[in-house]
Amino acid sequence: MSSIRKGLGQALLELGQTDERVVVLSADLTDSMRVSEFKKTFPQRFIDVGVAEQNLAGVAAGLALTGKIPFIVSFAVFSPGFNWSMIRTICYSNLPVKIIGGHAGLATGQDGATHQALEDLSLMRVMPKMTVLAPADENEAKEIITAAYQHSGPVYIRSTRIDTPDLTSLKKEKFAIGRGQVLKIGNDVALIAYGSMVARALEAANQLQAQNINTRVINMSSLKPLDKQLIIQAFSQTHAVVSIEDHQKAGGLGSAIAELISQTSNQTPFKIIGVDDQFGQSGQTEELYQKYGLTADNIAQTIRNLLGH
Amino acid sequence: MRKIAAQIRQQIIEMIYSAQSGHPAGSLGMTDVFTVLYFGQILKFKPQEPFWEERDYLILSNGHICPVLYACLAKAGFFAETELKTFRQFNSRLQGHPHLGSPPGVENTAGPLGQGLSQAVGVALGLKMEQKTNHVFCVTSDGEHQEGQTWESYMLAAKYKLNNLTVLIDRNQIQIGGPTEEIMPIEPLKYKLASFGFDVAELDGHNFEQLVANLKQTKKQLAPTAIICHTIPGKGVSFMENNFDWHGKAPNQNEFEQAMKELKNYE
Repeated sequence: MSSIRKGLGQALLELGQTDERVVVLSADLTDSMRVSEFKKTFPQRFIDVGVAEQNLAGVAAGLALTGKIPFIVSFAVFSPGFNWSMIRTICYSNLPVKIIGGHAGLATGQDGATHQALEDLSLMRVMPKMTVLAPADENEAKEIITAAYQHSGPVYIRSTRIDTPDLTSLKKEKFAIGRGQVLKIGNDVALIAYGSMVARALEAANQLQAQNINTRVINMSSLKPLDKQLIIQAFSQTHAVVSIEDHQKAGGLGSAIAELISQTSNQTPFKIIGVDDQFGQSGQTEELYQKYGLTADNIAQTIRNLLGH
Repeated sequence: MRKIAAQIRQQIIEMIYSAQSGHPAGSLGMTDVFTVLYFGQILKFKPQEPFWEERDYLILSNGHICPVLYACLAKAGFFAETELKTFRQFNSRLQGHPHLGSPPGVENTAGPLGQGLSQAVGVALGLKMEQKTNHVFCVTSDGEHQEGQTWESYMLAAKYKLNNLTVLIDRNQIQIGGPTEEIMPIEPLKYKLASFGFDVAELDGHNFEQLVANLKQTKKQLAPTAIICHTIPGKGVSFMENNFDWHGKAPNQNEFEQAMKELKNYE
């Protein structure tokens, strides 16, 4: 298994060594966000603003005005949850502030609904100038930090608490903004996911294989900009497409795909699997995924229904 | 400087009259403070090189008083004064609330109240990291001291002992809906600021001698400093003074002519 947040923290530490402009700001979640090493190694370039997420984003904007490249870390329910307006100002100014929203989704588990961000991608995706990324494993998390650092504008990076399988062996190329990746080829149906749901999609694809349904699995870690070509191909080359996410159906990946596909002459059936206009609750991640339908079984069943099996 | 201030006030009235929208009270009230900052040898700047590395930063938090900022920048030579008449018009660089770098000399995007002080703290921190001595002035309104974020920023500035930061508070006693102390009291402001770790000064925001002396001194300060500038909203136009109705309203033709006549006498 691999840890997305460990990858993010490790990559920030490495960046800190190569570029003095990189600064990290925390709102008292330094250890949970895995930036303790950065703090220890670069105390002059680490700022703890305390439990003050509005200031977190505002101060980062100011640092960016002096040529710094600030990464701000907190839980997604707090940042962008508390500071959407400050992030909007960052976007309008096109400042290179990188926002890492941790502990997103039902995967946060026992902390319950208050701490399970299921709306963060919607909040960030509507923002002009914003790039929205979500790594699926530790290695991709590192690549995403590098890509965010190299990108000149604001970036939102969604992270999760739980460990995820290492997908490196399935990937043919490095992460790039605006590019998704086919992790498994297949021309009968396509599954599109990001983050912790990529592993579920691969599991569902295995189940479907047993019934001779060849499933294409796409990791869409670049939610904005989307890899339009890869999505349109999936719709034109397969008989059904399903998107899966640990996020509200409204405004997430499924919405983004629907926005794209509705502008084409597509006839291929499409279903969005996600949290359906509800809040989460306390529980183990697996129990929650079961309750809200984010399981390989439910994905496979949705595909069979779409195909009329 | 009195003469420059009177000219800037006329430009503010012209801009808001021509746009038929904007915020005259705060803009006129802070004109003397801005005049001293830009024309009293307080701020270091180079109009031909707006991002000059050695410049001082003026971070405007209460973005709605941007007419006074635009007029000062134009008079200082950052852009042509003729452009002032495009204020709030379609395709203008002079947006209703300021946008970073538009026109040159605008250091930050502002409008949503409470955000500017955070940005100023970030700028001051960034300069400290580089051991630079540029000074950061942040202009704020009294009303935005009702925003929690403002106090988050004060705490951080004190934590990092940002002696390169001076907060200028426009204490004009009004906000859009009425007197601050009726809407949501912010007093005792001086004691609140001191308890947040700031050195606090109070002055008459229309007294040039006091302003010059205090603002010169503040660049040598040892601790982050807040200066409460007691101002008269609408200063210079009799019927606008101390009247919160003029927070965000444009004059009609008669009012415009009357205001311009009064301000010309001011010169």
